[in-house]
Amino acid sequence: MSAPQPKRRIVITGIGAVTPLGLGASTLHDRWAAGVCGIADGAGFCRDYEPTEFLSVKEARRLDRVSQLALVASAEAVSDAGWGEELPYDPMRIGCVIGTGIGGIETVEIQHDVMRDRGAKMVSPLGVPQYMPNAPAAAVSMRHRLQGQMYGVVSACSGGAHAIGSALRMIQYGDADAVVCGGAEATLTEFGFACFNAMQALSPTGVSRPFDLRRDGFVMGEGAGVLVLEELSAAQARGATIVGELAGYGSTSDAYHLTAPQPSGEPAARAIELALSDAGVSAGDISYVNAHGTSTQLNDAAETRAIKRALGESAMKIPVSSTKSAIGHLLGAAGAVEAVATIRTLCTKVIAPTLGYEVPDPELDLDYVPGEARPLLASNGHPPVALSNSFAFGGHNVALVLRGAPV
Amino acid sequence: MPAVTSEQVESRVIETLASFGPDASQITRDATFEELDIDSLDLVELAQVVEDEYGVVLKGEDMKELKTVGESIDLIVARAE
Repeated sequence: MSAPQPKRRIVITGIGAVTPLGLGASTLHDRWAAGVCGIADGAGFCRDYEPTEFLSVKEARRLDRVSQLALVASAEAVSDAGWGEELPYDPMRIGCVIGTGIGGIETVEIQHDVMRDRGAKMVSPLGVPQYMPNAPAAAVSMRHRLQGQMYGVVSACSGGAHAIGSALRMIQYGDADAVVCGGAEATLTEFGFACFNAMQALSPTGVSRPFDLRRDGFVMGEGAGVLVLEELSAAQARGATIVGELAGYGSTSDAYHLTAPQPSGEPAARAIELALSDAGVSAGDISYVNAHGTSTQLNDAAETRAIKRALGESAMKIPVSSTKSAIGHLLGAAGAVEAVATIRTLCTKVIAPTLGYEVPDPELDLDYVPGEARPLLASNGHPPVALSNSFAFGGHNVALVLRGAPV
Repeated sequence: MPAVTSEQVESRVIETLASFGPDASQITRDATFEELDIDSLDLVELAQVVEDEYGVVLKGEDMKELKTVGESIDLIVARAE
């Protein structure tokens, strides 16, 4: 039997984000690190996003907000990667994978009202193409003329991270030379709030304070995050600016409960271990953990246990912070937006804090980066390595290992 | 039901098509749907408006034959009589 071929190394050449902190990947991390919180009135709206600045009339009326946000983030990422009108690879060799938790829920609500008020015959033919969960992927593919494998990924709050992991494998396996990947979500609607409220998942106080003793649920947000992945040697050959490396991916399932995480954190820990092994790094190499950190009682406790299980003694020394403290929970976009925030952390060497973390929970004893931002301490001249976690209703566990750009 | 004039239909059709994206100034009787980037999904929406306003039912096979804005107006007016 011949030895397995070494895995292709996959680098990140462009990132983009639209979040409650504003437009842009840098804006997201800079404002978060400065202690700015994008949550207002108990939700994380993308208030800086104005559709007419980004979309033609035709695009705007044919795309649910979830796809619109995906387009905003992908336009930034593709531009950041230096892809012009002429794509750097055969379009049939460029994939597109965009995750979402829910899809076009606003369209469903509007068209359901049309049906009730004016009859089934008046429901728009644009209903299905707007609300289908693959619509964000289709919109990004059409906008940038990406003709390789393209699909949506549906795994609730892990959707964005699963999309990035799937994209990694697509290039590693040789099915694509590059993939535009990420996640998008836009569920801040009357029905969206009603459903999540009914689960008692949302914070009644409207405050996102992950890992704090007073945490009482998550704050829902909207937005999108997109990454451009390319194979290392191809990216170097075209002279791309490499912003980081997607070094590892691991994923497991709880098979435990529809919404509650497996309390021991064991399956989640295994996802982290798989990602570390995939990246060929050990717990001691990790300089930062971007936690899923939702601000719910159950997640933050199970995630803390998972981190400790997977990272062992190193866990107590590694800074852990949650982007959700600054933007809320972006559901299917969360994993992608947080991967973007983690890459910016590696690029800027600034770890943003867990905002609002003031009262420690005696059960949760990691370093959650209280107060203010602090420098990322990189290990002995090597590019720093970080972990980004995503967990989801349904029992999905995803861990991504990201490394700073090769020096 | 009061008679529908060609002018009324023309104005309603142009207004509806303009809401789909093309510039209103481009929408003339001679303009083709292809030129205006009006596709089959748009035409289904136009048919819904027409049925709602004039009680004229336009089926998929009716729409397939239509190439220009003028043809759609003529068909609607003929059916409404």
